[in-house]
Amino acid sequence: MTSQIKSPPLKNCPKTVIDRAGLDCLFDSLRVRGFTVVGPTVRDGAIIYDNLGSTNDLPMGWTDEQEAGSYRLKKRSDKALFGYTVGPHSWKKYLFPPRQRLWMAKRQGRSFSIENNDPPENSKFAFIGVRSCELHAIGIQDRVFIGDKFIDPVYKSRREQAFIVAVNCGQAGGACFCASMNTGPKAESGFDLALTEILNRKSPYFVVEVGSAAGAEVMGDIPQRQLAEKDEQAAEAVVAGATSQMGRAMEVEGIRELLPDNPDHPRWEEVAKRCLSCANCTMACPTCFCSTVEDTTDLTGDHAERWKRWDSCFTMDFSYIHGGFVRQETKSRYRHWITHKLSTWHNQFGSSGCVGCGRCITWCPVGIDITEEVGAIRASLS
Amino acid sequence: MVQPRKPKLAVWKFASCDGCQLSLLDCEDELLAVAGAVDIANFPEASRAVAKGPYDLSLVEGSITTPHDAERIHKIRRNSKYLITIGACATAGGIQALRNFQDVREFISIVYAHPEYIESLKKSTPIAEHVFVDFELRGCPINKMQLVEVISAFLNGRNPNTPRHSVCMECKMRGAVCVMTARGIPCLGPVTQAGCGALCPAYNRGCYGCFGPMETPNTPSLSKWWKKLGANDPDLVRAFRGFNAYAEEFRRESEAHEVR
Repeated sequence: MTSQIKSPPLKNCPKTVIDRAGLDCLFDSLRVRGFTVVGPTVRDGAIIYDNLGSTNDLPMGWTDEQEAGSYRLKKRSDKALFGYTVGPHSWKKYLFPPRQRLWMAKRQGRSFSIENNDPPENSKFAFIGVRSCELHAIGIQDRVFIGDKFIDPVYKSRREQAFIVAVNCGQAGGACFCASMNTGPKAESGFDLALTEILNRKSPYFVVEVGSAAGAEVMGDIPQRQLAEKDEQAAEAVVAGATSQMGRAMEVEGIRELLPDNPDHPRWEEVAKRCLSCANCTMACPTCFCSTVEDTTDLTGDHAERWKRWDSCFTMDFSYIHGGFVRQETKSRYRHWITHKLSTWHNQFGSSGCVGCGRCITWCPVGIDITEEVGAIRASLS
Repeated sequence: MVQPRKPKLAVWKFASCDGCQLSLLDCEDELLAVAGAVDIANFPEASRAVAKGPYDLSLVEGSITTPHDAERIHKIRRNSKYLITIGACATAGGIQALRNFQDVREFISIVYAHPEYIESLKKSTPIAEHVFVDFELRGCPINKMQLVEVISAFLNGRNPNTPRHSVCMECKMRGAVCVMTARGIPCLGPVTQAGCGALCPAYNRGCYGCFGPMETPNTPSLSKWWKKLGANDPDLVRAFRGFNAYAEEFRRESEAHEVR
């Protein structure tokens, strides 16, 4: 699914082993190559994605507990660096920034000139700790933004420069359902390097899988040792552990017909009673890609700008056309979102729009659960 | 070449704390540009000079609480080409609309030595209940950047960008962590209109609803969740009876939780 816009994936991914010092080296090596290193860190009661100064900024010894409408940061009993699932942020904030100025214009006498485009800012990111579901989400946004006739230049530039260090999940959260969406928990492709964190008594170490020529080149700088059979077995056990812990499951059989075939199901009214139409699900979703543009002028009218910003199908303005709003009721907005995500996305882009990360479940302020809503409609028909 | 006449701007005060018109003075960097783009014809907070109407743009702060003010707003409307109300008082009745839930005569009898001198209406009401309003700018206080945006839009004959969606979208766009989900702090963000830039949640506090109800507020669902987080009916009454207590959806929700 992930488009191969970078160096092609390696045929038989070579594997090797690094320790914490090796991870420090990896950070340094990426920085020397001009990457802004971004990844998980603890802030404001959650594990978010932000700039990382060193491996000390990683959420060592922290994990999260997630349920519908609830996220809690918890201490672990070990020193795992990647012992959590996914938090409120996703990588889309780097590849598809929440606000971008598209261009500006200046009045010149009776005419005007388009200024811009802004010189590309420092947007060469190395992502640390990308989960399998997130790799799939990036693949889905690749399809949307750069996989067809019309290319988003900002996304393209950021995506092409990005270096991806994936991490295989060692545990699944209460809202996770990647196993049933076939998007995890093991990172299969779309990365430059993939780490599996092995927790032993002394200090965690990492099995590294090299996924691209760029990844191989970076690994050339890193002290490492050969992979032993016991390392490989330990890595397999880590991923198997996550698979067995999935907090939720989505039954995908026949889902492409299930939702569009039931536009008048009473469940839509029921969910609309709970849904706040606040748009949190779409903001947190790593594949939701909608945006709007805002035109603005300064007081003199001599300077105008066009900005692009995240939008959501849960707002009224989203469905405004001349004369009114198409989706006035929350019912029709929720139905539209979930039907697009799970069904019509296939028609449009050739895959599901859901990767089973569970963010829309955890970060819904009133705990609406996408798997439960599908389950309710399915159950009522059987 | 003859310079086109600059539009005349007037600022009017009704029952309010002055905070919203101070936002205009607070614009600092933009203030000179504002003064360059318009003739400030009446703005008591900034200058005693008053130019006669009619005015191209009137910014009205405050709610209607006295019979005198109920008259005065009509005169202002007659003298204004465009009338824009600014702030929670002018758009929803303000914090002083808490009187609307009680008997104001009882307050007057307790507070004043000579209640007979006090002429006060039973209710504090938004400007739009009295005259036609061209645009309402929400907030307690208003966001100064939104004010500049609205004035710019007026001067350039375009629609202002003041979205009516929830505060949550601003929270997520600035990368703030949801205080309700991650900390269990009750927050009005999901039912409140954006505009503040998600100020409180970004500092780990729940939203107070300063910008009033968002476009489609589902207050009963949010209240239910607040109760799960430990809030009780009096908590909910207090939460919805803030600066926008008399805004329709917030008023109905607070009344639904009143213990009689």
